[in-house]
Amino acid sequence: MSDTVSGPLTADSIAGAAYIVAALLFILSLAGLSKHEKARAGVIYGIAGMVIALAATVWLTVQGAWGTGHGLTGLILLLAAVLVGGAIGLWRARVVEMTGMPELIALLHSFVGLAAVLVGWNGHLEAPALSPDLMAVHHAEVFIGVFIGAVTFTGSIVAFLKLSARMKSSPLMLPGKNAINLGALVAFVALTVWYVNDSQLWLLIVVTILALGLGWHLVASIGGGDMPVVVSMLNSYSGWAAAAAGFLLNNDLLIITGALVGSSGAYLSYIMCKAMNRSFISVIAGGFGIAAPTTNGDTDHGEHREITAQATAEMLANASSVVITPGYGMAVAQAQYPVAELAHQLRERGVNVRFGIHPVAGRLPGHMNVLLAEAKVPYDIVLEMDEINEDLDGTSVVLVIGANDTVNPAAAEDPSSPIAGMPVLRVWEADNVVVFKRSMAAGYAGVQNPLFYRDNSQMLFGDAKARVEDILRAF
Amino acid sequence: MTRIGIVAELGRETRVAATPATVGQLLGLGYEVVVEKGAGESASFRDDAYEAAGALIVGADDAWGSDVVLRIKPPTEEEIGRLADGATLIGTLSPALRPELVEALAARPITALALDAVPRISRAQSMDVLSSMANIAGYRAVIEAAHEFGRFFTGQVTAAGKVPPAKVLVAGAGVAGLAAIGAASSLGAIVRATDPRPEVADQVKSIGGTYLKVEVEEEMKSADGYAKATSEAYNRRAAEIYSEQARDVDIIITTALIPGRPAPKLLTAEDVAGMKSGSVIVDMAAGQGGNVEGSVAGERVVTENGVVILGYTDLPARLPAQASQLYGTNMLNLLKLLTKEKDGQLRIDFDDVVQRSVTVVRDGEKTWPPPPVQVSAAPTAQTQTTAAEGTAPKKKEGLSAAGKAGLFAAGIAALFVVNTVAPAPLPQHFTVLMLSIVVGFYVIGKVHHALHTPLMSVTNAISGIIVVGALLQVTSENPVMQVLAAVAVLLASINIFGGFAVTRRMLAMFSRGDKARS
Repeated sequence: MSDTVSGPLTADSIAGAAYIVAALLFILSLAGLSKHEKARAGVIYGIAGMVIALAATVWLTVQGAWGTGHGLTGLILLLAAVLVGGAIGLWRARVVEMTGMPELIALLHSFVGLAAVLVGWNGHLEAPALSPDLMAVHHAEVFIGVFIGAVTFTGSIVAFLKLSARMKSSPLMLPGKNAINLGALVAFVALTVWYVNDSQLWLLIVVTILALGLGWHLVASIGGGDMPVVVSMLNSYSGWAAAAAGFLLNNDLLIITGALVGSSGAYLSYIMCKAMNRSFISVIAGGFGIAAPTTNGDTDHGEHREITAQATAEMLANASSVVITPGYGMAVAQAQYPVAELAHQLRERGVNVRFGIHPVAGRLPGHMNVLLAEAKVPYDIVLEMDEINEDLDGTSVVLVIGANDTVNPAAAEDPSSPIAGMPVLRVWEADNVVVFKRSMAAGYAGVQNPLFYRDNSQMLFGDAKARVEDILRAF
Repeated sequence: MTRIGIVAELGRETRVAATPATVGQLLGLGYEVVVEKGAGESASFRDDAYEAAGALIVGADDAWGSDVVLRIKPPTEEEIGRLADGATLIGTLSPALRPELVEALAARPITALALDAVPRISRAQSMDVLSSMANIAGYRAVIEAAHEFGRFFTGQVTAAGKVPPAKVLVAGAGVAGLAAIGAASSLGAIVRATDPRPEVADQVKSIGGTYLKVEVEEEMKSADGYAKATSEAYNRRAAEIYSEQARDVDIIITTALIPGRPAPKLLTAEDVAGMKSGSVIVDMAAGQGGNVEGSVAGERVVTENGVVILGYTDLPARLPAQASQLYGTNMLNLLKLLTKEKDGQLRIDFDDVVQRSVTVVRDGEKTWPPPPVQVSAAPTAQTQTTAAEGTAPKKKEGLSAAGKAGLFAAGIAALFVVNTVAPAPLPQHFTVLMLSIVVGFYVIGKVHHALHTPLMSVTNAISGIIVVGALLQVTSENPVMQVLAAVAVLLASINIFGGFAVTRRMLAMFSRGDKARS
């Protein structure tokens, strides 16, 4: 470590070396996850890196604390905390439903945030003996670390509550919300300057509360439909929180890992934003939720036509190619298993079945892929929007299962629409479109979908799972 | 309770305005239904079938005396007289072509609705009797032609020699035209089609025909969904095409109609004279003046050179059972619209374009012609072009190039200043931070989108590395710090173990199919 001036082969130098190895393993881990073939190896790298880092740190701690009374208490606490935490983590990971993945990940982010807050607080309590210059830096680091951690914590909690439907998912619309966000930031800067000059505990308490409020407000003003971006943004925040802790503790491993997670999360959010044709800045700033005024609510869209499961089954049986475009509704109805079975049966009959996934389908980046993988849909027939859009023109039947805004022709054709310019799956170019939907209600963006009134689309109302099962029975 | 009367048709009309199936649904709307004795006989719907569906069989006068009278053909003077005061008559009235009928209807204190005046908007498609009948007529036209045509439609190679396939030209690719193209091509003929609207080319192709484009510097766009009259240059070129085709093909089916006007002449007497003996022409527009010179409405004419010209105007009536069923369903859908409450009370709402358009006479007052209705098809075509222009500026413009460069320079300068001022360990930390951020971007840049969720959960597990910070603090001398650190360790541990475990679980599910990646 940079601050340890010692000879070769001390505990510190060994730990430092271990950290570098661990950092490299983390990079390899992320790189591995970019391809299906290497993904499992990537996880192994990640676990190996974590084991090395933990082993080195624990050894360092034990070495320093061995023999002292408080050291022993600390070690016991440490062991208990790791055991309990590990058990809880493994248990949650085992029982979580794949449809509940977004909630779990949001919750896990909040833990990192809270841990960062606690580490920051300890940084205040610790008060190392440093030169005045470094002391100021130390104080600033404590403050920044606590701030980012607290924002991540409450932001993730709100995301979790929204995703698990414990909180209304519509965006919170406080008057002057941008002023609130901006004001909180300005207050944070002012408090930081104050704290650097005079490190009072109450300042830290104030900034913690301020950051908790800001995190809450940021995410609360974002609608549930934009959660994929929010979750990956929070992922990024949790990384920055770890990096800030690294600055505080002079620990390069934390900085490297935090920066990796932070930048990768930010980049992922950027991809998502591009997929929705939204400004990246407005996402980070929060409160970009679509206050979609249903301006064209009165427009005469014509009449939709209904179809029965029986007729859909016949249509599918006679189709040469079928594309299934799932959305969040499939996750809600837990319909992935019957959908996978449907795809399987159609493939047995020689029908070319593929899945078309919109980048922001679901409530988590890649949510649909995980659900379909859970139901054993081979990943090579699961295509992304750009891969499938060209082929939709010649497709016999498109099944839209629980998707709405991601297949809305208004995005491509109506420049006045609130979702204009957002790339969508051009399902309406197919010969037939069957839309599985519970009712004629508008989609998440609150925009009416002209697809439902097209001549080639028909509506199959009801619970997606039940309807798909009906189709399977009709075969 | 409002009583609906289904009356018998006159003369050669074989259809009936309601079938036992639709009668059942009319009852469901809260109406009482009576059927004139023998009304459905010629469409193979017997009186007892109506009775079984819940209708009452009555005499002609009773049926005509109902509150609502359903009809197919327009009523005669005498029949109008049989309607009760305040009654509503619904049928095909061709109000645009028969102003005298509209006047006659308006002379009585009645309401008359023309089912054939439904506007061409998607919402009203389920009531569009012109489309449903045109579909049947198009099919039947091919069947009639095949009946007259002394040869196969399909080509065959047999031991007794080769039989060439018949060549069919369909003029006008509307509903009737497309039905004819489909029927002829499924019989095995070579089918060609003409239409002034180039956008139908794909529809023609999809149903098995070849679209013959009239190459002139002009396009037809119709605002109301029907074809319009065409220009000079276009007509000249089209006439040439028809002459060429007439010499080549065996069967011509013409479907060209312009609403409210006599049908355009497509084939001249010379064209017909140029056709091979034994050829057949079906002029589906014969009732509106005919597309073919020499066709006679309702008649079969044989020309000197042995070409049969069929001018039948009752093509839908030649498939009476199904024509009645479709007509009855159109009728039912209109009545559903007029009976929103399902209480057997017919109400006409003039704010609804469909109801406004079909109403020819209301309570003895002439309401024809209705204000024009813009159909959905044409505006979409327009918005598509504007959308193409509109999307470009709609995309996030972001900052100008100069602004971006300025921000970038400012960022670099800030980094420089911070690092010159910052005391000892900070610059190294910044180095590490910078490099890690760059590595992070590059590593993530190529991630397959399907792996976004596992990636997130693994980065989540990795960000549990904050545990290292807590670990370093847990052996502190301050008990408060110890407890805080222990809680942090606990939280981070949940993250690490949970994150990795769930990622492994997810990745285990991703499997490749049996088929090789194409």
